[in-house]
Amino acid sequence: MKLEAREVSFRYGSGGRRVLDRVSLTVESKEHIGLIAPSGFGKTTLLKLLAGYERPDSGEVLLDGRPLAEFEDYCPVQMIWQHPELSVNPRRRLKTVLLEADWEKEAKDRARIEGELGILDEWKERYPAEVSGGELQRFCIARALGRRTKILLADEITTMLDLVTQGEIWSFLRKELKQREIGLVAVSHSPKLLEKVCSRIVRLD
Amino acid sequence: MTGTKKTGSRRLTMLVLLAFAVVFLGAVVWLGEIWQEEALVTDFTRKNLAPCQTHPFGTDWMGRDMFVRTVTGLSMSIRIGLLTACISAGIAFLMGLAAAVMGRLADGIIGMLIDLVLGIPHMLLLILISFACGRGFFGVVAGVSLTHWASLARLLRGEVLQLKESQYVKIAERLGKGRFYVAFWHMAPNLLPQFVTGLILLFPHAILHEASITFLGFGLSPEQPAVGNILSESMRYLVTGKWWLALFPGLLLVAAVLLFHYIGQTACRLIDPGSAHE
Repeated sequence: MKLEAREVSFRYGSGGRRVLDRVSLTVESKEHIGLIAPSGFGKTTLLKLLAGYERPDSGEVLLDGRPLAEFEDYCPVQMIWQHPELSVNPRRRLKTVLLEADWEKEAKDRARIEGELGILDEWKERYPAEVSGGELQRFCIARALGRRTKILLADEITTMLDLVTQGEIWSFLRKELKQREIGLVAVSHSPKLLEKVCSRIVRLD
Repeated sequence: MTGTKKTGSRRLTMLVLLAFAVVFLGAVVWLGEIWQEEALVTDFTRKNLAPCQTHPFGTDWMGRDMFVRTVTGLSMSIRIGLLTACISAGIAFLMGLAAAVMGRLADGIIGMLIDLVLGIPHMLLLILISFACGRGFFGVVAGVSLTHWASLARLLRGEVLQLKESQYVKIAERLGKGRFYVAFWHMAPNLLPQFVTGLILLFPHAILHEASITFLGFGLSPEQPAVGNILSESMRYLVTGKWWLALFPGLLLVAAVLLFHYIGQTACRLIDPGSAHE
């Protein structure tokens, strides 16, 4: 699948600064892109447009030539957010996060992904406030890697983690994305990480 | 360690007081049920007695025991309060969820309904509805439950609007989850604490309004032993020095209302996950 942003512009509210000004970006399955720009240059905003969380003021976002808004059921473009604690419902047990992933309930892949991410069974009965940020982010990653996911957007997903955990999560993601031919757009403040993970680096500034 | 012990015992104290309040109100309801016949017994050999050992609340001009009458009346008030509070809270919950699930038009209509009910003075609307529904038990229940849902509905609707913008709800939508999944699995658990607290805090309102509307003569019929009736009848005898006819029923009504208020606030604190380890 090919995800394409054509000349997109965007501003928050009506009077604010234009965060993105005619930006174009194309990513295909199999392709891993790293996005670099200083703070405030609209990296997160671009990912939100690509995943369909926001609509561009002008320009368009196309998935295989069709506007992204037409994918009303499961969206093949899934985004993992920077703040896992905001991405899960604080009043539901963590197993419900995993059940939202796009797999049959007893699917082998579901169990495999959870295992490879190091998600322990005892965490699943807890509430989000009772696990650490890194543990929580693993749930969010597992949720985004459903059966129909073709492009993955990662917004500084390991910034809050220690180096060992960062390494574990990225080596899992590289293997999983390669094996299933899922495209990636990753944002990070660490150029070294992006050089290691991505096949192409794009600068927004 | 000592710190956790101390705060843990605060939670226990709250639970004990909560249990006491519930038992007290339960006893009032239960005694009122048993004493229904006794409250109507007239005995002119003991009329107009001041409070004494056999009649702690005194007796009235027909020789009816005021303690029994008050408890029966309060029991009636509490039962009406329970019924109307549940109906009101149910309406509020459905309105709040509908504003979220059914789109912008429904949200606008519900917002207007809330403003309409909140805009008219409470008592006026209450009297109008109760009168239109033929007064009596049905009139009171309809009047109170149709006027008390609005403020809770507004609270829940505000919460829903906020939840709609939350990251996890938006993620669920991108994962292809429908409106009903989001409403019941993501919104309802977040609305529940407000709902339970709102429901319990509706009781005192409902009880007071039932008493006031009966006092004014638009509620329960005069022969029923309701607190409102007791108070309005006692007005005629207050000037002749029968102070106990109004004082004790009034005090007991206030006590019941305060207890419900306390239960509501305590429940609110106990439900909050942040207080789980206090």
